[in-house]
Amino acid sequence: MDWEQIISVLFLRDYNTRLVVFSTLLLGVTCGIMGGFLLLRKRSLMGDTLSHATLPGIVGLFLAGVFLGNDGKSFMLLLVGAAVTGLLGCWLVLFIREHTRLKDDAAMGIVLSVFFGAGVALLGMAQTLPEGSAAGLESFIYGKTASMVATDFQILVVVSLLVLGISILLFKEFKLLCFDETFARSLGFSTRWLDVLMLGLVTAVTVAGLQAVGLILIIAFLITPAAAARFWTEKLERMLILSSILGGLSGWIGASLSALLPRMPAGAVIVLVAAGFFVFSMLFGTARGVLLRYRQHRELRFLVSRQHLLRALFEILEGQQSGVDELEVTPVPYEEVRITRTWTDRALNKTLAHAFRDGLVKTRPTDDTILLSSRGLEEAAKVTRNHRLWELYLIEFADIATSRVDRGADRVEHVLGEELVQALEAKLQTYRWDEQVLVPASPHPIAGGVAPSTEATP
Amino acid sequence: MSWLPLDTWIVVTGALCAAACALLGNFLVLRKMSMMGDAISHAVLPGLAIAFLLTGSRSSIAMFIGAALVGVMTAVFTQWIGKFGNVERGASMGIVFTTLFALGLLLIVKGADHVDLDPGCVLYGALELTPLDPGFTLSGFGLTLTVPRATAVLSGIFLLNLGCILLFYKELKISSFDPELATTLGIDARWMHYLLMTLVAITAVAAFEAVGSIIVIAMLIVPAASAYLLTHRLSTMILLSLVFGVAAAVLGHISAITVPHWFGFSDTSTSGMMAVVSGVLFGLVVLLSPNQGLLFRSRRTGKAG
Repeated sequence: MDWEQIISVLFLRDYNTRLVVFSTLLLGVTCGIMGGFLLLRKRSLMGDTLSHATLPGIVGLFLAGVFLGNDGKSFMLLLVGAAVTGLLGCWLVLFIREHTRLKDDAAMGIVLSVFFGAGVALLGMAQTLPEGSAAGLESFIYGKTASMVATDFQILVVVSLLVLGISILLFKEFKLLCFDETFARSLGFSTRWLDVLMLGLVTAVTVAGLQAVGLILIIAFLITPAAAARFWTEKLERMLILSSILGGLSGWIGASLSALLPRMPAGAVIVLVAAGFFVFSMLFGTARGVLLRYRQHRELRFLVSRQHLLRALFEILEGQQSGVDELEVTPVPYEEVRITRTWTDRALNKTLAHAFRDGLVKTRPTDDTILLSSRGLEEAAKVTRNHRLWELYLIEFADIATSRVDRGADRVEHVLGEELVQALEAKLQTYRWDEQVLVPASPHPIAGGVAPSTEATP
Repeated sequence: MSWLPLDTWIVVTGALCAAACALLGNFLVLRKMSMMGDAISHAVLPGLAIAFLLTGSRSSIAMFIGAALVGVMTAVFTQWIGKFGNVERGASMGIVFTTLFALGLLLIVKGADHVDLDPGCVLYGALELTPLDPGFTLSGFGLTLTVPRATAVLSGIFLLNLGCILLFYKELKISSFDPELATTLGIDARWMHYLLMTLVAITAVAAFEAVGSIIVIAMLIVPAASAYLLTHRLSTMILLSLVFGVAAAVLGHISAITVPHWFGFSDTSTSGMMAVVSGVLFGLVVLLSPNQGLLFRSRRTGKAG
């Protein structure tokens, strides 16, 4: 491999490379869009079902052709056969789903295996023909990416433009179908026909691409780019664009690599490139990536843990100095804090270390006592106040609470609104002022043996 | 139509395979994982390739172990991507099996191109040829019986599946219907999942090698799905799925050696016809099922209107 070769592949000087790269790129883009819809409809494996369901059509029309006297291997005829049983398969999947208790996965599996079985049985018959002309029929669906011809490319272009055009025209309808089928129906859309149309478009792409690039690549193209794009965004439009870009990129990079390196089947390389994009997206995706979710989870745990510490300290001080107007910060024994909840030493020390770093406590985690800083006291008062308001809210407004409690708010006023917070504060008979932060008394006994102020309950 | 002892062996082997698959299929249908058989049938390729490259031989034992390991890995990876990436199960299954297949293809082309390792030949046996591969001979009561190897292997697999299902019936049942309840009852739903997936992988690979992939893919879904439409009880469903599986084997072979003659052809593939017959049986169930059949439903609604 030398520079000249790399340049000739990159600039598509070679006719065959140009054909393969353009076809896989185009197919990647189209499949990326359709795959996005399939993913949201939880029907990613439809490509799998469809590509298997084309076999009986291909062999069936071949046999019919032989009976009618031609050699049966007319390319267009086989393509029509593939489309017919593909569409029939689609319709049956929808039929089974609508008329039985079975779900999409079982419907797709039944259609796949029965149609493929029928194809195998027909093939068994075709192979006994004296002419022996059935050879190569099976490879129709397994395709060979590297040996594509111009006709494949032309068909691919026509079908892709058609599919892209229709899905852009009907974008709003498809979007509605993906997100809320019942709502779409209530708006008067015929969801069944939309569904049939969507799957019809998928069938068209599958049939056009199948013989050009083969079964496995089509299946992968319909799933992997869309699933990868899902990690980067929550918006359908962006997801579809990204998915088609990833599909196109996989096709381009994979086909170029395959042209550059000896003995690398293009289909397999493209699938692996797409899988690489998927793994990268799954780890680093900015909307649902694994690392992002892990970090969010850790941050939340960190925050919760800090608030638990601050509230525990505040409540201990409060219990020691009941009846005073302004809390005085005194050192609290480590052990007394530890028993307030099921802290492990490791977890508590870590939380203390963070609090020390941020200047909320003055003592080091290794000390026997814990001393809040003035900023720490202010923070603790806020946390405790919010906690108590929440409790009060849940007690007073239990019937509307359920819709709000899972919002995970650490600032009550952001969720409940100014007026409601004021109303809640007014419910409390006793106020205590700590550096402008209002901390109501706890409405229940506090764990750790500190008695609540009895005047708290009206 | 002439019936030879050969045909009896084909039917027996097909029925054993159908029964072994149908047993597991019930749980796959309930867990909405019907496509697992198809996924495994594509995914085992790298297992075969690696086993071949490591041992340098096409011995069935090495190939079996390689394929079964990759089959279990398919299930594990699917589970991981679903759980950590929050990806829908069908999509994660598709990503895993296409990637593994591509990997296997690359390995074969890169490493084993000079020898013939056509996945179609190594992996996929043909049901019609099974009687020609005698396994061992049983004798007793003055009778001698030569059992084909595939029949013996599939009997073993069937007994293994039956044993596991009988042993873990309650656990499998609860974890299939309600994984949360299973956890509160102290059943590890995850282990039940992996047990089931291991059984599916072993069954699929053993059956691919003995009788071909299409039977496995069909028998893992269609009999159980037909049975699912007829009953609400798991035990009845399992029994019915066995009946459907065996019926598909018997009728499938009969139609494989009769139907093509009507059109002037000689016999065709029994595996393919088994899948077709199971599909026809499923169609009949959809139409005629006493509780949910379309025919009865339309008559009932007709009366109501």
